[in-house]
Amino acid sequence: MYETNYHRPRDLDEAKSLFAAAAEGRYLSGGMTLLPTMKQRLAAPSDLVDLARLVELKGIVVTADTVTIGAAVTHAEVATSAEIRAVFPALAALAGQIGDPHVRHRGTIGGSLANDDPAADYPAAVLALDATIVTTQRTLEAADFFQGLFTTALEDGEILVSVAFPIPAKAAYAKFPNPASRYAMAGVFVAILEDGSVRVGVTGAGQDGVYRDATFEVALTADFQPSALDAIVVDPANMLADLHGSAEYRANLVKVMAKRAVAAAGSS
Amino acid sequence: MMTSVSMTVNGKERRADVEGRTLLVTLLRETFGLTGTHVGCDTSQCGACVVHVDGKAVKSCTMLAAQADGSAVLTIEGLAHGSELHPVQAAFHEHHGLQCGFCTPGMIMAAVDMIERHDARLDEATIRHELEGNICRCTGYHNIVKSIQAAADHMAGQRHPGLVQAAE
Ligand SMILES: Cc1cc2nc3c(=O)[nH]c(=O)nc-3n(C[C@H](O)[C@H](O)[C@H](O)COP(=O)(O)OP(=O)(O)OC[C@H]3O[C@@H](n4cnc5c(N)ncnc54)[C@H](O)[C@@H]3O)c2cc1C
Ligand code: FES
Ligand code: FES
Repeated sequence: MYETNYHRPRDLDEAKSLFAAAAEGRYLSGGMTLLPTMKQRLAAPSDLVDLARLVELKGIVVTADTVTIGAAVTHAEVATSAEIRAVFPALAALAGQIGDPHVRHRGTIGGSLANDDPAADYPAAVLALDATIVTTQRTLEAADFFQGLFTTALEDGEILVSVAFPIPAKAAYAKFPNPASRYAMAGVFVAILEDGSVRVGVTGAGQDGVYRDATFEVALTADFQPSALDAIVVDPANMLADLHGSAEYRANLVKVMAKRAVAAAGSS
Repeated sequence: MMTSVSMTVNGKERRADVEGRTLLVTLLRETFGLTGTHVGCDTSQCGACVVHVDGKAVKSCTMLAAQADGSAVLTIEGLAHGSELHPVQAAFHEHHGLQCGFCTPGMIMAAVDMIERHDARLDEATIRHELEGNICRCTGYHNIVKSIQAAADHMAGQRHPGLVQAAE
């Protein structure tokens, strides 16, 4: 790892000014993505501004229709939150499938969303539910936040503060993890909203990162059964292909995971 | 830029000046001489480096020393009480939960954390699932799982007297 200056600000304002004063600053949250990248010398920020302990980024708030999670809340905190498990168990279950226990103790939802890895889990739920993302500058809808592989609407120095999920009537996430890395080779989040409409978010598979599958949504709104997807063919042309799986393999996997998620949501 | 950090390590107050980039594992091994914590990979995947920070298992190769400032750190060296092994250490010994021993400190620290989080009620499937962040190149995991199960059952017996260990 190249040399870097470490800063621990007391609040968001100090974090922003430390970032602004740095030659090439980077925010640090759980470090589960940034530190491995720095160790491989693929990133070399002059300054790290540590957000992990900022109280303004902590906390889980559950109301009648919304779950709001602070950016610095860890995957383990979401997975084990009694409040979230009571009203939105699919989200807790998703968080509990990220990486391994040690990664979940450090990694945060804000870091995961800001990083926007095409194989990350949270984006599937955030996009499917069109969750609201609050930053130090503005409020964004998920559909405007994700902008392709490792790219978000966040501007230089802008800090993701919290994410607010509308609580769905039913939901489930089905993931096929890469056996070595634990990242999704295909992960499908399926939800029925309170108004009866169905949302499907797909991660790990799409060439342009996380996406919503409109064909699945239409078929499932008409008939919320795994068999409603039988006749649909997912086009491999839009799928990622790498040494772990071809585009055709992923296209099939997306459908299989979608059916599993529908089955799980239906019985939840 | 050097940063001054202080933390308790295995119950003792420790202080050091570190670079911003110094990893927690480097501080533990090279400055504090606690070489029981191992480094087995460059990709944050193997878990040989697992220690507890403020009571939670973390990969000390993927945390800066500066991030642990003010924290309580527990390493494999801090687990035994004098010559009395921790039940998980004793179980790894008894059930031969290791071959070369390289992954063992991380396995044991992960196991202690796992047993705590599940209040010592573990079954084989849960143990195997929970070990996703720890890689062993020797044992095929079988005796590691047996060791953790035995330690958990032993600790459950102490915590929940009268409990007949049944698969959950
Ligand atoms: C072994 C391993 C397995 C993993 N498996 C999975 C998996 O299965 N699924 C999955 O989804 N992820 C996985 N991850 C990634 C993990 O979820 C990370 O925690 C996550 O991607 C990044 O979160 P972080 O808090 O660690 O962020 P960091 O690594 O600290 O930061 C990531 C990026 O986000 C920026 N950032 C962080 N917080 C903010 C903020 N509040 N505002 C603006 N920018 C910010 C940082 O500057 C940096 O660019 C894995 C990681 C490891 C090491
Ligand atoms: S040394 Fe491999 S995970 Fe830390
Ligand atoms: S005992 Fe050799 S790596 Fe596990």
